[in-house]
Amino acid sequence: MSRTEFMQGNTACAEGALAAGCRFFGGYPITPSTEIAETMARRLPKAGGTFISMEDELASIAAVIGAAWTGVRAMTATSGPGFSLMMENIGYAAMTETPCVIVNIQRGGPSTGQPTRAAQGDMLQCRFGSHGDYSTIALTPNSVQEMFDLTVKAFDLADRFRVPTFLMSDEIVGHMRERATIPDTVEITPPRALAEGSLPYEAGEDGIPGFAPFGSGRFVHVTGLTHDERGYPDTTDPEAHDKLVRRLVTKIESARRDIADYEVTNPDAKTVFVTYGPPSRTVEQVMRDRQDDSIGHLRLRVVWPFPEFALEEFPNARVFLMPELNMGQMVREVQRHVDQPVISLPKIGGELHTPAELVRALEAYR
Amino acid sequence: MRHEVRFSGYGGQGIILSAVILGRAAALYDNKYAVQTQVYGPEARGGASMGQVVIDDAPILYPEVADPDIYVIMSQQGFEKYGVRAGEDAVMLLDADLVRSRPVSRYYEIPATTEAKGNLGREIVANIVMIGALVTATGVVSREAIERAVLDSVPKGTENLNLKALKRGFELGERACKL
Repeated sequence: MSRTEFMQGNTACAEGALAAGCRFFGGYPITPSTEIAETMARRLPKAGGTFISMEDELASIAAVIGAAWTGVRAMTATSGPGFSLMMENIGYAAMTETPCVIVNIQRGGPSTGQPTRAAQGDMLQCRFGSHGDYSTIALTPNSVQEMFDLTVKAFDLADRFRVPTFLMSDEIVGHMRERATIPDTVEITPPRALAEGSLPYEAGEDGIPGFAPFGSGRFVHVTGLTHDERGYPDTTDPEAHDKLVRRLVTKIESARRDIADYEVTNPDAKTVFVTYGPPSRTVEQVMRDRQDDSIGHLRLRVVWPFPEFALEEFPNARVFLMPELNMGQMVREVQRHVDQPVISLPKIGGELHTPAELVRALEAYR
Repeated sequence: MRHEVRFSGYGGQGIILSAVILGRAAALYDNKYAVQTQVYGPEARGGASMGQVVIDDAPILYPEVADPDIYVIMSQQGFEKYGVRAGEDAVMLLDADLVRSRPVSRYYEIPATTEAKGNLGREIVANIVMIGALVTATGVVSREAIERAVLDSVPKGTENLNLKALKRGFELGERACKL
């Protein structure tokens, strides 16, 4: 029997992780993400899992990577300064192709900023924050139900693509309470096992090697150094580096259509809002209030890899409007894919765009 | 119809819990939609605390409270920070013994804390008395729904005390409407 509850977004995220089979959480509490750690601390031991309150966020993500290499689904949750501290090992997870989920309940930055206020200020950090070239996957929920659904999906994608996967939420969705339904079971594709006779980093056409966690009976060497298909360091050969890093990027970017998840409303519209996360709800409110077919909406549930083909779903678009809870981050990604003007509607300080603000923008730019 | 309900008082009175209980009643037991949010700041213990709920028959898109039509105010500081701007069309329930000011809107004086301390013997259930009064004064959710939501939300062993507080709130709400 599925159950329906009136619950907080952060609780729904933890429920999603548990339903997806997450059995390890390593974290350090930080507002506004702490309820996720609290829920996992209460629930994981009873589910046969392990919760560790780590000494800081550097150690948290390191523990998550270690746990993932024992073959369990592992996650951490953080915000702002904690997310910044995780950056080095996020690159290590990308380089070692470690499937894991990192939840960021975004708050106002930079630095310690606004601990109790919402922001979407880390959208480029989650894609480019660690040094070097790599690709990741980032999901953006806009409701308590999606905190559950997209957490499940994050584990699925992390396993399928062997990549650190981000749930990029924020204080608004993390702390709001709404009705949400928790199903009995969810579908998760386990990582493909390393085939007999294959080397640990030998990948087929999709660029994703089979996974042989510690204890699976295979010899695997795991290193953040540039490595060959055996996993052994090869740090000076230009070809070895090109082959590895190009594969890390391509295995995600070439699967953009497969990973994409978005909603299109009024594809014939001339004025099109592009949103992710809670500003989408203000746009939906304005569209319901005005009943105006000339306003379109592209709502992204996956922002990385960026699904540029989704913009082509609006062939009549004359202008794209992008409300974001930052000073204009994903707007750059939209701008580089279309010829039409793309207008940034930035808002910082912690509050969501109001319907009146977006109506004013419509009147100014349509 | 969209209702926006705002609760304010001092940290420790169960202001946030009140908002959660009201949202739970609407969303789980009255077949409506509800979104509960709160001001979540370091002032929560002893300072002015605030929680709010949007209730609607249709799915709630914009989740924030813009202009509450119903206020429940349980401290003077809460009134000054979160209640003083209540417009003429709003309705306010206020704990008459803790709030000195009166709004320009229609208002009902509910002696919730006095009632909780005196007749019910536990000051801690004052918020539940207020919720009961809110339901009979505004009809924003049904009595059955709020009763089930209270039972879902309170610690085991306190069910009878809380139900008694809720029913006393129903009576105080009815009485205030007649004055």
